[in-house]
Amino acid sequence: MNTTKTEPRRTHAIDLNVLNRPEKPALDQLETCISVENLNLFYGSKQALHDVNMQMPHKKVTAYIGPSGCGKSTLLRCINRMNDLVDGVSIQGKILLDGEDIYDKNVNVAALRRRVGMVFQKPNPFPKTIYENVAYGLRIQGINDRRILDEIVENSLRGAALWDEVKNRLNDNALGLSGGQQQRLVIARAIAIEPEVILLDEPASALDPISTLKIEELIDELKEKYTIVIVTHNMQQAARVSDFTAFMYMGELIEFGETSTLFTNPAKKQTEDYITGRYG
Amino acid sequence: MDNTIINQHISKQFNNEMEDIRNKVLTMGGLVEQQVDLAAKAFMSYDRESAEKVIQQDHLVNALEKDIDHECTEIMAKRQPAAFDLRMLIATIKIITDLERIGDEATRIAKMTMRLEGTDYYQDKYYEIEHLLELVKDMLNGALDSYARTDTEEVIAITAQDSKVDREYTSITRQLITQMMEDPRNITRALDMLWTARALERIGDHSCNVCEHVIYMVKGKDVRHLSREEMENTVNNTR
Repeated sequence: MNTTKTEPRRTHAIDLNVLNRPEKPALDQLETCISVENLNLFYGSKQALHDVNMQMPHKKVTAYIGPSGCGKSTLLRCINRMNDLVDGVSIQGKILLDGEDIYDKNVNVAALRRRVGMVFQKPNPFPKTIYENVAYGLRIQGINDRRILDEIVENSLRGAALWDEVKNRLNDNALGLSGGQQQRLVIARAIAIEPEVILLDEPASALDPISTLKIEELIDELKEKYTIVIVTHNMQQAARVSDFTAFMYMGELIEFGETSTLFTNPAKKQTEDYITGRYG
Repeated sequence: MDNTIINQHISKQFNNEMEDIRNKVLTMGGLVEQQVDLAAKAFMSYDRESAEKVIQQDHLVNALEKDIDHECTEIMAKRQPAAFDLRMLIATIKIITDLERIGDEATRIAKMTMRLEGTDYYQDKYYEIEHLLELVKDMLNGALDSYARTDTEEVIAITAQDSKVDREYTSITRQLITQMMEDPRNITRALDMLWTARALERIGDHSCNVCEHVIYMVKGKDVRHLSREEMENTVNNTR
């Protein structure tokens, strides 16, 4: 401490800008991308979703959490009509994407799925090269111009934070990639066709912790461009990646709100019990 | 501020949040330092303007305390921090409590200064506390530096300075008792002096607490309520 006598200490800079943090807009002030209205879903005679209502905002990450069998994956799959493929499903109510009902009979389901991409729990690359995996969606749309494909493949792989790892082996088989890389490849494939919404069904549950963090970081970057809905068993993951969280239980939407509020001061006792590990 | 330990997470958002907390703590520290300096100077050479500034500034310090607390809670809920990150958040929550108390002590001095207006006493110069003020400011500044640099190189020297502060405080007390015994008309002035010296001495204690929290943050060892030798051993013998 003797040095201080000869060399006066620098006082600490006061930067009052730190207090002017922009207020986070509330849920009802944000533009709605997907609106679920009075949705009921039955598998045969068993009701899986009970009168679900929620508005998911544009270019934000919405997470669904809840115990197994609570209907979160079912709800997610309604958003790009994946449940249409299941036998015996009947759906009542509406899901509006940018104000249009996706269950309207005039809707072209293939076109809808181009607007709403999906990534599953287990990475499912095609047994093709890395390049062809990403280019696949474009080729079936009839785009075969090598220059355009090259550009979109590169941009998509960059967008999925995979480019640097695979740029020198684009013609290798995609199945040779690690699980985490495969999952990012599948995300690149989904964003290559420029969807508006990306649905992620447990995208990191089959991955190691570091790959999981990479996927989470990627989700944070993707929300600049896309509206993202994620289902996760790992509620800490929901807390880390999402802006808004929905807690579901037994087919009902119990609570939906801003993630930081839901995890620090939930409104419903059921939510509190679940996120603190008291049941579920 | 080129410390990288909080900037190496895979999640950039996490880095930003931790960086934001550190900047806020240092701003709060800067404000508090300024409060202490202004309050003591206002008291020594009655200066109403400075005293008013100290009192105004306390609202900012309080707002920062709440804001930082809130952010730390959010990070814990959302990111389940571990190891250094966890210790930094815990230490931060404790450090800002001490900083806020330092702000309160400064405000107390400032308020007393304002009360003296219009009495005969404020014309006297309260020079006795000048040296005490310098010692205490140096400790506070060093404690904040250690937090900013996340190192414990200086903390032993800073906490050692607390004994000097205590000696200075005892000697001021003795001096004031003598003055009071000599002439009871000195009592009011002496009591003001005593309260101010007491406030400064408390600020020194709070600065020591900040140092202890920094040791916990950096070394992961709880050195509260240890003797100085034990604390020194812990700091020097822990990675």
